[in-house]
Amino acid sequence: MIAVQQRLRVPGSARIMQRRTGYLVAAICVALCTIMIMPLALTILASLKTTLEAAALPPTYVPHEMSFDSYVKLWNYQAGLVTYVANSGITACLTIVFCLALTIPAGYALARFPVPGKEVIFVILLLALIIPYQALLTPIFFMFIQLKLTNSLIGLAIVHTAIQLPFSVYIMRNAFESVPSELDEAATVDGCSSWQSLLFVYIPSIRPAIVTVSLFAFITSWNEFLGALVMMSRGSAFTLPIVLAAARTETSLGGTDWGLLQAGITISIVPCVLFYLLLQKYYVSGLLSGAVK
Amino acid sequence: MRNTRSRKITGFFLLTPALGFVLAFTAYPFLHMMWMSLHNWSIIEPKKYVGFRNYVRIFDDGQFWVSLGFTVKYTLWITPILMVLGFLIALLTAANTPIKRFTRGVVFIPVVIGLGVSSLLWYWLFSYDFGLINRALLDVGLISKPVVWFGVSAELVMWAVIVSVVWKVVGFGMLLFVAAIQSIPQDINDAAKVDGARYWMRVRKVTLPMTLKTILLVTLVSIIGSLLAFDQFYIMTAGQPHNATATSVFWVYLNSFPYLKLGYGSALSFILALIVLACTIVQMMLTRRSYG
Repeated sequence: MIAVQQRLRVPGSARIMQRRTGYLVAAICVALCTIMIMPLALTILASLKTTLEAAALPPTYVPHEMSFDSYVKLWNYQAGLVTYVANSGITACLTIVFCLALTIPAGYALARFPVPGKEVIFVILLLALIIPYQALLTPIFFMFIQLKLTNSLIGLAIVHTAIQLPFSVYIMRNAFESVPSELDEAATVDGCSSWQSLLFVYIPSIRPAIVTVSLFAFITSWNEFLGALVMMSRGSAFTLPIVLAAARTETSLGGTDWGLLQAGITISIVPCVLFYLLLQKYYVSGLLSGAVK
Repeated sequence: MRNTRSRKITGFFLLTPALGFVLAFTAYPFLHMMWMSLHNWSIIEPKKYVGFRNYVRIFDDGQFWVSLGFTVKYTLWITPILMVLGFLIALLTAANTPIKRFTRGVVFIPVVIGLGVSSLLWYWLFSYDFGLINRALLDVGLISKPVVWFGVSAELVMWAVIVSVVWKVVGFGMLLFVAAIQSIPQDINDAAKVDGARYWMRVRKVTLPMTLKTILLVTLVSIIGSLLAFDQFYIMTAGQPHNATATSVFWVYLNSFPYLKLGYGSALSFILALIVLACTIVQMMLTRRSYG
């Protein structure tokens, strides 16, 4: 009898234990989310303080009064917010275009054409993986001075493309390889040339890879700091991160204009988080396949 | 099927743009960097061949060793923290329940924002008088007067930066660990359960060994990233106090750009590239072994 009771009790208490663990896990999850979101939430809230409150001591946690003062100041900051957002945005778009224009043909060739020495060429294309671009900025800077590509959005996009190329080539080659070759062969039988099968057979099938490559090219370029810092010396050519880093040390009324900085941080974060939320699937799959190379 | 020779030519033609780009903007700069490192090279003065003197100078350059030492110290601290935290969060959230998925999504958000921007954000949070961290610590009563996080003690600076970077990148490791944990066959865990293994025992005997390759891979990615740290220190500390927190890339940057010592900067870059190369080779050997 006692034995039976015990046997019955064990699953019962196990269930209680399990439920308790469940609550504990949920509580930790909530705490973790709070910690991760807090810095972002506080910054966005702080960007909505009035000028007076943004400069108040001690600082307030949340604004007492909502205001777009900081955004107005940022809008008119030096060359104007539009200039810096445009610089960052155009550089990012150029990086996407360069990456796609270079790696779609390359991926197609690597996956489907009998090019001699293909393996060697693939390794050369991945060269930037083993040479950190941070170490290459000195010679590239010198080269760009001669080519008049410093302070140029095209020049900066070239640097960002160089960073992003190995990942893009890798993703593209895999995408082309995973298209069933029967499709291609059927198209050939129907009289398609290589170009036509690229356009009508492959491009529609590799759309996810195009999204992934574009997404990562955008994020890399929009966020990149050191290359932009080195290549852009003229204020009107600054990208968003650079102008914000410069604004950090600028003085207004004897100190950093925190409100302006917070508004700028918020603006730079928005597109990245938005793209991440919209294209999470591509982001995760790209990261997983990119990291395992 | 189709004419092989013309296919060869078409294929090569398709590869030319990408190949040309890599040769022009990665391979050529690398070779040019080695050439530059053998010269006294600045934009204003004519270049002068100096042989290996730039490399000899590196050995006598006190700041080079300070920078390298600090970078290595930073790497040695942040990497284990990132790995352990990333793995614990992955264990916590690996199951696909709604709340765990949501937590994963939230933990990953800082990964997509820029390191420069996140450094600015934390520069504000850690600021002496306007920062909310000092405000909160004062309110809770943990400190009686504000802490000067930046610019006084290299130790304190490092920890402030580590907090900010862990927040920023812990989601990266988490994501890869979750993928690795989810790919462990369920019956192995079930078998361990039937054998009476408790949760932490299963983590030690099943999960850890089955995800070891991913752990090593993420560790190397993190080591390489930390050895190349720049943005966070440039923005949060500007190398202060007394260049004690100027990382290796920072020292390359200072020499090449504000000081325009391009020859010496190239020599420093080359050494840096070699150090990173060594780590990358280990990483590639690991990935080849596990995936090829």
